[in-house]
Amino acid sequence: MNAQDGAQNGAQDIVIDVHHLTKKFDGKAVVRDLSMQVKRGTIYGFLGPNGSGKTTTIRMLCGLLTPDEGEGTCLGYDIRTETDKIKRQVGYMTQRFSLYQDLSVRENLEFIARIYGIANPAAAARAAIERLGLSGREEQIAGELSGGWKQRLALGACTLPSPQLLLLDEPTAGVDPKARREFWNEIHALAADGLTVLVSTHYMDEAERCHEIAYIAYGDLLVHGSVEHVIASAHLSTYVVSTAEGAGLSRLSDELAGKPGVDMVAPFGTSLHVSGRDAAALEAAIAPYRQRKDLDWKRSEPSLEDVFIDLMGKARDNFQ
Amino acid sequence: MTHLIPTQAPRRLPGDGFWRKTWAMLLKEFIQLRRDRVSFAMIIMIPLVQLMLFGYAINTMPRDLPTAVLMQERNDLTRSILAALENTKFFKVTRLPRTEAEVDQLLASGTVLFAVEIPANFERSVRRGDKPAMLIEADATDPVASGTALGALGQVLQTALSHDRDVPDSAAMPFEIRTHARYNPAGVTQLNIVPGLVGTILTMTMLIFTALSVTREIERGTMESLLAMPISPVEIMLGKIVPYILVGFVQASLIIGIGVSLFGVPVVGNLGMLAALSTLFIAANLSIGYTFSTIAQNQLQAMQMSMMFFLPNILLSGFMFPFAGMPVWAQYVGEALPLTHYLRIVRSIMLKGASLGDLRYDGFALFVLMLIAMTIAVTRFRRTLD
Ligand SMILES: Nc1ncnc2c1ncn2[C@@H]1O[C@H](COP(=O)(O)OP(=O)(O)O)[C@@H](O)[C@H]1O
Ligand SMILES: [Mg+2]
Repeated sequence: MNAQDGAQNGAQDIVIDVHHLTKKFDGKAVVRDLSMQVKRGTIYGFLGPNGSGKTTTIRMLCGLLTPDEGEGTCLGYDIRTETDKIKRQVGYMTQRFSLYQDLSVRENLEFIARIYGIANPAAAARAAIERLGLSGREEQIAGELSGGWKQRLALGACTLPSPQLLLLDEPTAGVDPKARREFWNEIHALAADGLTVLVSTHYMDEAERCHEIAYIAYGDLLVHGSVEHVIASAHLSTYVVSTAEGAGLSRLSDELAGKPGVDMVAPFGTSLHVSGRDAAALEAAIAPYRQRKDLDWKRSEPSLEDVFIDLMGKARDNFQ
Repeated sequence: MTHLIPTQAPRRLPGDGFWRKTWAMLLKEFIQLRRDRVSFAMIIMIPLVQLMLFGYAINTMPRDLPTAVLMQERNDLTRSILAALENTKFFKVTRLPRTEAEVDQLLASGTVLFAVEIPANFERSVRRGDKPAMLIEADATDPVASGTALGALGQVLQTALSHDRDVPDSAAMPFEIRTHARYNPAGVTQLNIVPGLVGTILTMTMLIFTALSVTREIERGTMESLLAMPISPVEIMLGKIVPYILVGFVQASLIIGIGVSLFGVPVVGNLGMLAALSTLFIAANLSIGYTFSTIAQNQLQAMQMSMMFFLPNILLSGFMFPFAGMPVWAQYVGEALPLTHYLRIVRSIMLKGASLGDLRYDGFALFVLMLIAMTIAVTRFRRTLD
């Protein structure tokens, strides 16, 4: 069986299919009983607070870490026994810049092209430099590039061998909004051609551009599905309350936060988002404040951010 | 808008591409080495500095140096001489060869450092007062060891034999001791030090370079990318080791070149054979350094491990003190060090013109040590981040 067979037979539609993955470091589980399926051509967003196990999960998917429990396949190959085959078809962009700082842009790209057995490494590197808009910088030492260019080079490096699956660990951290938008447009174009992308991020606008998202906190995958599904399944009732020019909002926030029925209070500019999982209890809690003339109450759909803040709070309560 | 991914997938070469990937790794290491000015300076400076420092020899009191005695006759007198030799503590009679050819072979292979030859009719000549000659041949490639022993010889023998009632006129030396310093007749210490430096400097630089190579990638975060690529531990190791074999050759040539031009060290033996056996030695040290690299948590630890390994190499290999004069346990430790074998090889080839047959034991030992180190290095290499 060769690489092409495996990729075409076993995983026509499901690119990532893992069940009950658990990873422990020094006896402490940092990923617990995680199952997920990602379909071909999907942009799958991976969200969660720092230290929740996103990077660990990504590393298990591409064979860099061996799960302590659970099993599964990536591109149709077993994540425990067929990591060599997975590595040929996966582009992994690490969270930290991990190209050679003392090699030039061109030398880095040529090195990667050679490792992946590309027929003409010099030509492939040249083409990538052009695509990335790095022309004129090919002889620059990678360590001396600015942050944005480094990011771009790292992306170019992991996409150079034309992988089937991209694993991007916080690829847009510290990148300016215009470059982020460009990057997402590109990702969508690629996904339309059948490339599958798993991307971890902290940005809500990026999460909303994903076909599917998963939220992971303290090692537990709490919820996954489309953005609409994730919002709906939280069963949150949300009110937006605002005052003229935001006066007295922080006092109001303190007062509401402790009330039974109010699960989350979060400031958004000159307004507060007040949410509760039990709609009736929330209504009761805010009833006295709705009489106040200086406050303007509006019922609202909870945003993705509301849902995440709520999930994070809930997970922290369970965790402690 | 720019495009991140080639619109058409680049053609990939068929097969696993073992050599291709090793080549990619090797090329990368070369470029990195070329950019690293400090390391580059170190490659040249270490040999120069050491050559100057070790121009002075360290004096030592050797003991139990292996000695062969060729006796053309056996009687009370020759037995007394034998006993007196051993009583000096410098010599230890380990072989009793029967022919001169055997003596030559024992000296050339380094099995013995001295050969004493008592001619036929020795006793009768002594009694007649003819003052016959007793020949002592010394392997003077290590002049520190041979010089001290030879210097003490005449006096000690005379004192010992003066109590022998068979010897007339015990006040004067009844026979002549004719010493013959082989290989290094003038007893020049640089002759011994220069080949020794080839070995120690290669050990030091080779160890340090590879000891840092894996830990550096881990510390800089590049190991994570490398492990996520389709490249195997053997390919990574070979790619990291081979460039430094060349570095080793540059250093060895530098030391030998300076030795020949500045100190007049002769190169009697075959340079091709020296190069071949040096490759084994360099690869063995690189593999050991690489093993440290896979064990150490960071570059500092890797450095410390190298130094811990370097110390016994200096002390127990025969570089500083004559190997044969060391206690037995230390000799066993010494035999496990590549440098011990290489020192014998490089000294024998440069100064004695030894043949491959003479050096088969040390050559084989080097090969085995290299294989062991490489195996440990590859198996110790972690393929995951677990
Ligand atoms: N190699 C490791 N050894 C021990 N602990 C680790 C290791 N890698 C990650 N961790 C721990 O596992 C947890 C999850 O880390 P990570 O997967 O990097 O989270 P995220 O990417 O979501 O920020 C953290 O608490 C981190 O300290
Ligand atoms: Mg992370």
